[in-house]
Amino acid sequence: MNPALNSGLNSAVNGGMAPVATPWFFYVLAGLAVASGLAVITRRNAVHSALALIVTLLSVTGLYLMLYAPFVAAVQIFVYAGGIMLLFLFVIMLVNIERSSKDRQFNRMWPVGLAAACALLALFVSAFVKGKALFPDRMISLPESSNTQQIAGMLYGEAGKMGEYTFAFEIASLLLLVAILGAVIMTKKKI
Amino acid sequence: MPNFIMSYLGIKDAVTPGAAGSQFWALIYVFIIFAGVSVAVMAMNWLERKALAHFQIRLGPMRVGPHGLLQPIADAIKLMLKEDIIPAEADQFVFWVAPLIGLLAAFTVYTVIPFGPSQAVSDMNIGILFMLGVSSLGVLGIVVAGWASNSHYPLIGALRSSAQMVSYEVAMGLAVVSAILMTSLNTAGTGTLSMIGIVQAQQQQGVWFIFKFFPLGLIAFGIFAIAMIAETNRAPFDMAEAESELTAGYHTEYSGLRWSLFMLAEYAAMIAVSSIAVALWLGGWMRPFPNLLNAPAWDFIFSLFPALTFFGLAAIAIIGVVRMPAHSFFKIQRIGLAAFAAVLGFIALLLLVIAVAGRSADGSVAARFREGIDYVYWFVFKVAVFMYLFIWYRATWPRYRFDQLMKIGWKVMLPISLVVLIATAIVGVLVS
Repeated sequence: MNPALNSGLNSAVNGGMAPVATPWFFYVLAGLAVASGLAVITRRNAVHSALALIVTLLSVTGLYLMLYAPFVAAVQIFVYAGGIMLLFLFVIMLVNIERSSKDRQFNRMWPVGLAAACALLALFVSAFVKGKALFPDRMISLPESSNTQQIAGMLYGEAGKMGEYTFAFEIASLLLLVAILGAVIMTKKKI
Repeated sequence: MPNFIMSYLGIKDAVTPGAAGSQFWALIYVFIIFAGVSVAVMAMNWLERKALAHFQIRLGPMRVGPHGLLQPIADAIKLMLKEDIIPAEADQFVFWVAPLIGLLAAFTVYTVIPFGPSQAVSDMNIGILFMLGVSSLGVLGIVVAGWASNSHYPLIGALRSSAQMVSYEVAMGLAVVSAILMTSLNTAGTGTLSMIGIVQAQQQQGVWFIFKFFPLGLIAFGIFAIAMIAETNRAPFDMAEAESELTAGYHTEYSGLRWSLFMLAEYAAMIAVSSIAVALWLGGWMRPFPNLLNAPAWDFIFSLFPALTFFGLAAIAIIGVVRMPAHSFFKIQRIGLAAFAAVLGFIALLLLVIAVAGRSADGSVAARFREGIDYVYWFVFKVAVFMYLFIWYRATWPRYRFDQLMKIGWKVMLPISLVVLIATAIVGVLVS
């Protein structure tokens, strides 16, 4: 058990609440996420991969809950596990599974993919080794009850002044609107 | 030992087990809810068959037990003993896992349903988001089941069902947002997404949200009430399992226990969405008129309702005993029904004793026990009304055509819910 992780979790507990988030939960969720993540890339059947990806997303949701970030967890379930994965499944089901399962799983781009994966692994290892020095202390110690309000304050601003990320947030929503309009125009022949 | 139990009782009555961090009580609550929902589904199954039959001037199940009371148990045993067929061309693993997805999604939602101010497994800061998110996972089970069966009817049923659920989720979400807006309107910064917090906001503002900003709350509630029928694939929106067109839709290829898991998930999801409607618009666990009839005498009168309900049920059972034909053929049925009446009467008596013993709201153990029973009773009563409405709709309305269904969802419900949302925000700002 990493002592830094343990103390971080304990300091996040508000109002003298007993922590339910034990190392046991962490290792089960993390193991599940890794195992199902491996299943995503090793299954030949695309629907099995999609189901494994849903399990990965849900176990990451559990990790968010352990970090006392319930809003992020709920959005993860809503947007990724519920919405996007449903569309994924839709598309995959319309593809001919029998033919696609006979396709080669690797093409000539695999060295590039391997390099990207190694870079990501190096990043994670350095984060694990350096640990606390990389992140400011206050990030983990938000009490659960104010977490959602904190996010709202950053996105929309509070007490009359603009939030830290209001502009970026609005830009992102505009981008999504453009994407929606694009989808409508592409599917509809005559408007 | 008593100290140990009392300390847990102390925790139990003050906050939810989730907030107290008591895994033991959380587990007990989970078991109680699981058992309660399973029994409720069985009762609902019997009631649906009986009520539908009476709507159509039939008798319904009459053979197994008096008035078919044991029919759900017989059905359950039959389904468990039936051969569990997996089609040869089906995707074995996905076929196996699909009913479990639906079941898990339907039952996970119950962790945040507020049966009372502390009668919930946990009170999440984002309760309503969690409920809507997890219940939307149920559609994955349906889609995957339809695909794994490797057959035409299930696939069409699954596609219809997911298109329908995705489209009605939009209107449903907007209606929910307008209810959430109402929680923060009287004083700034009191808005909440927690299920318990939403009911408490109605308590503080002294009005159920269905009556707030009349008729805005009513319209939002109406949109939710329609969307939730579509969400649970019930008649008149049961396109996913339309018998006349698709045999049985997404669960055509399922049989035995796995099929019954689908049914269990469907009914559990119906109870769950009804609970959302009750908590958001109908005052959750609050008894009727807590602000107008607030004298202690009224408290006492309303706390008699649980006992009266069970007395009424016992009386109906006794009438059944008396009316049973005097033939030796009915001897066992008569004894069974009389025993059932006696059990109901005993429960009623117990509830009456608790109501009388805990009538003073002084924080004693009896009083807290009485309050807990009242909360759960009123919540379950309101949900039960919705369950009856589900049956009533099914008996009354013919099934929509699929294009009509989508047209209603996107061209009628969505614009109305948007207008209601904006109007709620404007009225709220003007009032406060």
